[in-house]
Amino acid sequence: MLTFTLRRLLLAIPTLLLISLVIFLLVDLAPGSPASEIPLTVPPEVREKILEALGVNEPVHIRYLLWLKQFFWVEPLNGFDAVFGTNYAEGMQRIISYQSRSPVFPIIGERLPQTLTVIGTAYLVGVLIALPIGIYSAYRQYSLFDQAGTLFAMIGFSVPTFFTGTLFIIIFAVWLGWFPTKYNTTLEVVDWETFLAQLRQMAMPVMVLGLANAAAISRYMRSSMLENMGQDYVRTARAKGMPERTVVLKHVLRNSLIPVVTVIALGIPTIFGGAIITENLFGVNGIGAALIQAIRGNDLPMVQTLAFIFAILIVVFNLIADLIYGMLDPRIRYD
Amino acid sequence: MAEGPVPVLEVKGLRTVFRTRGGEIHAVNDVSFHLNRGELLGVVGESGSGKSVTMMSLIKLLPMPPAELRGGEVLLNGQDLLKTTPEELRAVRGAKVGFVFQDPMTSLNPVFTVGSQIMEPLREHMGMTKDQAAARAVELLELVGIPDARKRLKSYPHQFSGGMRQRVMIAIALACNPDVLIADEPTTALDVTIQAQILELVKELRQKLGMAIIWITHDLGVIAGIADRVMVMYGGQVVEQAPVGELFANPQHPYTRALLQTIPKISGAREARLKVIEGQPPILNAPLTACPFRARCEYRHDACDRENPARRAVDGRQIGYGHDVACHWRAPASQEVAHA
Ligand SMILES: Nc1ncnc2c1ncn2[C@@H]1O[C@H](COP(=O)(O)OP(=O)(O)OP(=O)(O)O)[C@@H](O)[C@H]1O
Ligand SMILES: [Mg+2]
Repeated sequence: MLTFTLRRLLLAIPTLLLISLVIFLLVDLAPGSPASEIPLTVPPEVREKILEALGVNEPVHIRYLLWLKQFFWVEPLNGFDAVFGTNYAEGMQRIISYQSRSPVFPIIGERLPQTLTVIGTAYLVGVLIALPIGIYSAYRQYSLFDQAGTLFAMIGFSVPTFFTGTLFIIIFAVWLGWFPTKYNTTLEVVDWETFLAQLRQMAMPVMVLGLANAAAISRYMRSSMLENMGQDYVRTARAKGMPERTVVLKHVLRNSLIPVVTVIALGIPTIFGGAIITENLFGVNGIGAALIQAIRGNDLPMVQTLAFIFAILIVVFNLIADLIYGMLDPRIRYD
Repeated sequence: MAEGPVPVLEVKGLRTVFRTRGGEIHAVNDVSFHLNRGELLGVVGESGSGKSVTMMSLIKLLPMPPAELRGGEVLLNGQDLLKTTPEELRAVRGAKVGFVFQDPMTSLNPVFTVGSQIMEPLREHMGMTKDQAAARAVELLELVGIPDARKRLKSYPHQFSGGMRQRVMIAIALACNPDVLIADEPTTALDVTIQAQILELVKELRQKLGMAIIWITHDLGVIAGIADRVMVMYGGQVVEQAPVGELFANPQHPYTRALLQTIPKISGAREARLKVIEGQPPILNAPLTACPFRARCEYRHDACDRENPARRAVDGRQIGYGHDVACHWRAPASQEVAHA
């Protein structure tokens, strides 16, 4: 298991390097010089600094290595400094956002908590709704509950989040007035009042995204349960006189969860990327919103960095999914 | 009253129907039989003759729907299992009736250890603590001939061979000292040497533990070696029933006779080809109103088309307790079927 993990981590390095190269080249080979990508609003002295930082005059492989150094060495070092109050990274050129003219990573660091609380909660809520629905739908296949679950999943699949989001805003915010229409990023939770306010403003984006996620996951859960329900070992469990609870929630569920947990783990990176629309709709100032702003503003370093972070997350969660699979299924051996 | 000792299991007029989209399938049609304490009843019949469905109906192991029990009684020590509550039935399954299935490769849960799967019924039915159950599980694994039992408790099914897994299945079925062990083609999925080993094991366990056994098989050769009595099934009904010696010596039903001829003859090695029974098994989409075997029967006559034959005694004893057959044709007395 440990050797497998290490091997996979080592294998991830060339994969990530390749991805970083592609991302870098895509930006580098884009029409126009790096200078033309810098908006005219950037003052000349900053422009000079940026161009110098990019190493415009260097050949492409040097520029790539420079970017790698910034990403993997300078920025982590800055993070270290920020945490421990040291200043090892002083004077080193960081990745600078064209738009805000400040380093990219602190901006991402500010945005990340918004995304994690709202979108992360939504994913968690989605999973928690989806699993019981999937399990019970399978256990009572073709029952009224199952039919309702199918309808719910179909709606969740086919209706885009910008539509359900708008619908929710109209119903719950405009008509009923239960929740605020816009997410207040500056709200700080200090007491019970602000905690409730935070819950209220999270409610709609969490529901919209949660339902969308639940739709897919509940289907996976249902079909996985159904597949296992007909297996011989289930009949054996019944023949042993085990109670239905044990048969379904132990024997069947444990087997059914193996592929579902993998799907859930693989879906986690999409929390960061896939929620762009919902973040914009509700005004959640998260990482998805940052990406959209960066693309609109031609903020190439920001786009580059976010794209690469997504790539890292996907690779990492792939590995995690593999490891979980191995932990849940004793037949898989990693040696 | 029934002849002889009080049977541990008595089945009367069992009917099982599958309600499918394409109509009903009458899989079990008025099946009656009994099983005495310590007895081994062999059940034979070709694929689709209703052997498995009959036995699974006894403790309602079939998926319902589509399966539906249309009638009959299943008396286990006098208690009618078809009239019990689900909870009462659960207390019978695994405790008083043990089941061993055909395919040991898929019958064990792949994600739990063998030990935990043996311990489950012990904890459920006997109220054992974890330690007691573990100790008993070791005993059981030793009983079914798995070496290094204590260590093997922590193994997963995929770490066992097919034969070993079937031994584990037998250990599970025997865990709570059942009155009845039902083995549904337990050796079909295994290769020949392993088959023989499992067979030996069951013979030995039967001597040691004395439970009654129902042994389902395609293989009359196996039946000859271990059974006390044989029940031949065809088209979801019992077509012949007799003590094993009697059945081999004096088979009455044309189907039984054909079956006996399909056993490869050891003596006449040169013509050792199996005689295949010509024709198709019956379609069971309606209650039987004629003999199900008639299309394949060389003795077919008018009565066979008009009426489904009822079981009748061959030797004058009560039906089910001596030799009986469900056939309109009467085999000439003292005819020996070629069975070397
Ligand atoms: N779930 C089901 N749905 C519909 N029909 C079924 C179902 N299970 C069994 N049957 C039908 O019941 C009949 C008896 O099947 P059964 O499995 O008892 O045969 P068998 O004698 O055990 O055969 P085999 O030797 O192949 O195991 C068959 O005609 C089969 O098609
Ligand atoms: Mg069968």
